[in-house]
Amino acid sequence: MAIKGYIRERFFPHIWCPGCGHGIVLNSLLRAIEKLGMSKNEIVVVSGIGCSSRISGYVDFHTLHTIHGRALAFATGVKMSRPELNLIVPMGDGDALAIGGNHFIHSARRNIDMTAIVMNNRIYGMTGGQYSPLSGYGTLATTAPYTNIDYAFDTVELAKAAGASFVARSTTYHVQQLTKILKQAILHEGFSVVEVLSQCPTYFGRKNRKGTAADMMEFYKDNTTPVGSKAKKENPDLIERGVFVEKEMLEYCREYEKIIERAMKGRS
Amino acid sequence: MAKPKLKAHVIDREWCKGCGICVHFCPKDVLELDEEDKVIAARREDCICCKMCELRCPDLAIEIETE
Amino acid sequence: MKNQNIKFIQGNEACVEGALYAGLDFFAGYPITPSTEIAELLSYRLPQKGGKFIQMEDEIASMGAIIGASLTGSKVMTATSGPGFSLMQEALGYAIMTEIPCVIVNVQRGGPSTGIPTHVSQGDVYQARWGTHGDHAIVTITASNHQDVFQTTVDAFNISETYRTPVILLYDEVIGHMREQLVLPKQGELPLVERLRTSVREGVNYHPYLPREDGRLPMSDFGGVHRYNVTGLFHDMWGFPSDNPEVVHDLIRHLVDKIRNNVNQIARFKEYYLEDAKCILISYGSSARSARHVVEYLRPRGEKLGLLELQTLWPFPHDIVNEKCVNAKHVVVVEMNMGQILREVKRAVERPERVFIANRIDGVFITPKDIRDILRVIQGKGV
Repeated sequence: MAIKGYIRERFFPHIWCPGCGHGIVLNSLLRAIEKLGMSKNEIVVVSGIGCSSRISGYVDFHTLHTIHGRALAFATGVKMSRPELNLIVPMGDGDALAIGGNHFIHSARRNIDMTAIVMNNRIYGMTGGQYSPLSGYGTLATTAPYTNIDYAFDTVELAKAAGASFVARSTTYHVQQLTKILKQAILHEGFSVVEVLSQCPTYFGRKNRKGTAADMMEFYKDNTTPVGSKAKKENPDLIERGVFVEKEMLEYCREYEKIIERAMKGRS
Repeated sequence: MAKPKLKAHVIDREWCKGCGICVHFCPKDVLELDEEDKVIAARREDCICCKMCELRCPDLAIEIETE
Repeated sequence: MKNQNIKFIQGNEACVEGALYAGLDFFAGYPITPSTEIAELLSYRLPQKGGKFIQMEDEIASMGAIIGASLTGSKVMTATSGPGFSLMQEALGYAIMTEIPCVIVNVQRGGPSTGIPTHVSQGDVYQARWGTHGDHAIVTITASNHQDVFQTTVDAFNISETYRTPVILLYDEVIGHMREQLVLPKQGELPLVERLRTSVREGVNYHPYLPREDGRLPMSDFGGVHRYNVTGLFHDMWGFPSDNPEVVHDLIRHLVDKIRNNVNQIARFKEYYLEDAKCILISYGSSARSARHVVEYLRPRGEKLGLLELQTLWPFPHDIVNEKCVNAKHVVVVEMNMGQILREVKRAVERPERVFIANRIDGVFITPKDIRDILRVIQGKGV
């Protein structure tokens, strides 16, 4: 399998539970990178802490496994000092939008060129099943034994409002769309957000009686619809997937190059 | 476009965790979990090489080789 | 003809000059009194030499950004004060664990909490040592005048590169904001330690965390030919997570010993009239200015007084302090907190009952008179 050229095989089988969607995200990500034909030395994967963020250990790129919530800040430092590198920042839903929320909205606001992948399994898996900002009202978790009264973010709307110039959502069921979107996101010059609905059968699935991993993927099939589809109008509860935002905007590192030019000219 | 011809189901029993996703989504019901909960190509001849199993496997444990 | 290399500037600017002299490439920071001028000046000066400045959304992000930049080969720095320094602690621990060179400036102000932002204190000494969790070692340096601020800033970059470690520059509001002369050394006058990069060729296995015989750890820039992993988890020589007890034991020993075994190489201090001193003042940072004034004032009046000015606070030079104070009748620590270096001096010297403190904790700069009054009490002469 060609994509095996992009992994650190000695660490497989990986630690994710049987049926965990994160393995599928890894699968699709590798296929996107393979299609882009990028050199492994040009890619830096910066991840935070949590099940999702162990992904950096499994891929044969420059990999930086940082601290919970702060991957985007570390990635900003890498990108600004070496703009020619391709930054991919996979995070969990809590990692990106709970503790990491501040860095998420500011990275989007700056429109710095990197791809933020929010691997949304609506739970904190590594620590055993607590609810996250994306669990949603009425869900059960080890810290919401009487049901969750928190409303969830809409990651796409949040990213749009914060200024991200590429925003998309897909699921672990729609693997071909996911690979295509990841390719677009990595190619896009600006802050790209890709939310991936990714099943956690072990905690979210069990706690909320969602059945097997395959059942949870069937849920993604039946409860999502392409962006702007007629079905969405008829049934607003459907979750839209696809590309929501794709626009050319001034990219942060390119703008800073102009600052350097001005500063150096001014001085001479 | 000529129908791809199956050469082999390359399965890594070490990496397969028996999650059943490939078995569930195979459109031709080719795959099964054996007694060790590892995927096998039980009805290999029905395989149409759509590769849905390969694309959806969380463990990179199955690959469809075609001619 | 105005001599170009003499400046009359703030301490914060002397720190900026030192950082630029040392080869600073990347600064990430967040506004906070009393260190904001460092960020402002670098936002202007760095791009002039092709360097990069970014104002991040908070101090946590600032630390994350400089660590990321350092990994690509840049020389990096951030600057903050107490509250921001508290936010930086987790990432500081990450830089310690992953052995990534970086310089963190803490221009101290009155704490705790919001405290007295525009007033002076030296209350973060122990935070610099133990602010981040878990066993670890840290290097912390301070200075009492702008020429030394410049030199210690250059030292900080050199030490961070030599030992692949974060270094904390622990200045204070008085030094940060007062204006004083700085003589700018010419490029090349002060030795600089450049990033030690691996000589391992592409395709050959590069171990990011296998120290050479001399203990140094050659780096490979992110984006270069060697792909490896960096993680805050305990890790093996390739940088991959490991909780094997032997790996854990060896790594924590390495992280601590690489600093502890070089206490004397890292130690920086100045001494005034110690040879025959009966009463030795030990001070650092802006307090040392007043302490020195007392010594220069009382020496001609027959007082056998001396001053040991510490610049390296961590790793604390216990042996040097003990040796310098062996003949002293009294040892008086002059600092603006409730006794932090005091505790270290008591641990360092024989007969610690000789050790006293002359301090202020009200945000007002400690004056020579404050010190003299306390000295008289210590020496049994009353006020």
